[in-house]
Amino acid sequence: MSTKMQTEATAAPSGKINGAHILVEALKAEGVEVIFGYPGGAVLTIYDALYDAGIRHVLTRHEQGAIHAAEGYARVTGKTGVVIATSGPGITNMITGLTDAMMDSLPLVVISGQVNTNVMGTDAFQEAPTVGITMPITKHNYQVTSTRDLPRIIKEAFHIAGTGRPGPVLIDIPKNITNELDTFEYPEKVFLRGYQPTVVPNRMQIQKIAEAIKEAKKPVILAGAGVLHARAHRELKAFVERVKIPVVNTLLGLGSFPGSHPLFLGMGGMHGTYAANMALYEADLIINFGARFDDRLTGNLEHFAKFAKVAHVDIDPAEIGKVVDTDIPVVGDAREALKMLLEEELVPGDTAEWLNHLEELKRNYPLWYKEDGKTLKPQRLMEIIYELTQGDAVITTDVGQHQMWAAQYYSFEEPHRWVTSGGLGTMGFGFPSAIGAQIGAPDKMVVAIVGDAGFQMTMQELAVLKDYNLPIKVVIVNNHALGMVRQWQELFYNQRYSESLIPNQPDYVKLAESYGIKGLTAQNEEEARKALTEAFSTPGAVLVDCRVTPFENVFPMVAPGKGIHEMEGVKP
Amino acid sequence: MRRVISVIVNDQMGVLNRITGLFLRRGFNIDSITVGKTEKPGLSRITIVVHVDDERTNEQILKQLHKQIDVIKVVDITNHPSVERELAMIKVLSPVQRRAELTNLIEPFRASIIDVSLESVTIQATGNPEKIEALIELLQPYGIKELVRTGVTAITRGSSEREREMRHKHESLSVL
Repeated sequence: MSTKMQTEATAAPSGKINGAHILVEALKAEGVEVIFGYPGGAVLTIYDALYDAGIRHVLTRHEQGAIHAAEGYARVTGKTGVVIATSGPGITNMITGLTDAMMDSLPLVVISGQVNTNVMGTDAFQEAPTVGITMPITKHNYQVTSTRDLPRIIKEAFHIAGTGRPGPVLIDIPKNITNELDTFEYPEKVFLRGYQPTVVPNRMQIQKIAEAIKEAKKPVILAGAGVLHARAHRELKAFVERVKIPVVNTLLGLGSFPGSHPLFLGMGGMHGTYAANMALYEADLIINFGARFDDRLTGNLEHFAKFAKVAHVDIDPAEIGKVVDTDIPVVGDAREALKMLLEEELVPGDTAEWLNHLEELKRNYPLWYKEDGKTLKPQRLMEIIYELTQGDAVITTDVGQHQMWAAQYYSFEEPHRWVTSGGLGTMGFGFPSAIGAQIGAPDKMVVAIVGDAGFQMTMQELAVLKDYNLPIKVVIVNNHALGMVRQWQELFYNQRYSESLIPNQPDYVKLAESYGIKGLTAQNEEEARKALTEAFSTPGAVLVDCRVTPFENVFPMVAPGKGIHEMEGVKP
Repeated sequence: MRRVISVIVNDQMGVLNRITGLFLRRGFNIDSITVGKTEKPGLSRITIVVHVDDERTNEQILKQLHKQIDVIKVVDITNHPSVERELAMIKVLSPVQRRAELTNLIEPFRASIIDVSLESVTIQATGNPEKIEALIELLQPYGIKELVRTGVTAITRGSSEREREMRHKHESLSVL
């Protein structure tokens, strides 16, 4: 079949090639080095063109795995992840990943197959109304109706996905479009009248921030993922050290500022540190770089930024003023904004008392957990992982308790080492995203820290590790429960553990072995240290099933409906 | 509060879905929406009338609209000097002997009878929504058999100063 297509393509008059080859040529022109996908009927011609195209393709075992892998790849490399799925169930299996990428601003170009144009809308075999379904969960999407349009659309898609506030762009290509012949001419430039993101901020607004800093007695910086997308971590550090303003990270912003820096207060929000949350609460100036004031960060809005002047730097104007009233709105790229700020005369205000106060909070209210001398404390597990990887690993997680413990106890010194599902909170994200992260960062140790429940949602991707020799270390934080659901049932639903306990689990060691990788298990701290040491020094992939303290809770915590100053569990 | 939002969009498949989808997501009911071509090829104008709770919500709507790739320009023209018009066609029960009365009644509205049958007439009226409402109310006693309305379309009044201001407003939306 491949030879036939090739002949067809080459034999065509005046250098015409089919739509599938046009797509492949366009992907090459975009410098795409890897595609995550899964073939099927509507994308057969595309896969035929990929057969000898020389672009690496990673075959996952489920389309959801492919798109999460592309998200992991995008998160660690900053490059646009490319995904292919067939029509119908292929693309509907990617809905979770698309929504996840949309919420967490990850650049993806997703190619979906579609039935032939002449049967679209007739409930044809494996037909789904993909463009309609994905409209609200993509930054933009395209229905291709002519082979001629393909190069322009692909060019635009990459431009839209990777610029401004990044996000997923979907291109739905009917099968006949991939068969039809046309010439390939890749446009050099993109012109989109309706899409001109403001990158360079208004200097007057920047000067207002500089002014506000001068006057502030209790300033705090909130650094979100926008800093990472803008590759502005160096500028942020330089700025912070100039103005001596402490930094709070959002969950997704971790790594944008060194975790061990004396001016770092930790993560803010529902399971943030007490010092970080009190700083946000008591501040008279909050300078937000690239965070969107998510509800898990702000807690009850009535109490958020109550005493503060708010400056908000964001590339997406729609985020400014969306949930928090903003005094100094700045539309632009975080890096450009910080560079501009560094050009200003920056005079820190009278903040000595404030800094002392926060230092005291940090000292008096550190993160805590109680050792029981028997079980493996999940928090301790994170500390061990940190210690053994010397804080240098790429960490991926699902959502829930293990995610919060990883965020609390794994200190990120460098950017782009933290891959987690923040906005959508997707169980089953951690493991497949590690696959993409490892491909994007082949020289790094990648540790997928996953819950036992979340892992079971996408564990079929274990097959991929052997296929591509990916040395990923999977650490299952196994508490035989949907941990965070169980915690909320304990705290807010009278300990009625409705459908949140899962005592029966697969033998993960055997499971790993059946996929041809090493499996280890650990019941206590000593075993964990031993197993992890072995895992991290083994060249290939290893799965470690860590049986952690059952019924352990994540603290401190801002209970739902409470303000961030009303944290519970701040002390043992 | 009632807002009239004028949106210039690429005349492209699915663009209306993108716009209405935004309203669906926030749970707003659109009072009326009209779409038509503009003086520029490839561009359409959508006029949306919507009720929102507060200024922040309104600002979010404008920004979210602006964020769409196929949206070229968004202006909230509620407080701009502008002309709003809609067209209504009203089929009213009307025995032959009352037709003269009906003709007199609709005359001040500059409405006209565009179709006649044995038991009914169809009246066409254009004007701002208040005028249409008033006419409908007057015709109610006769028995309205059927009523169709286009929804509001609107245009800002011509004045170079105004146009400059609108340009400024548009720019500030993309800068802010």
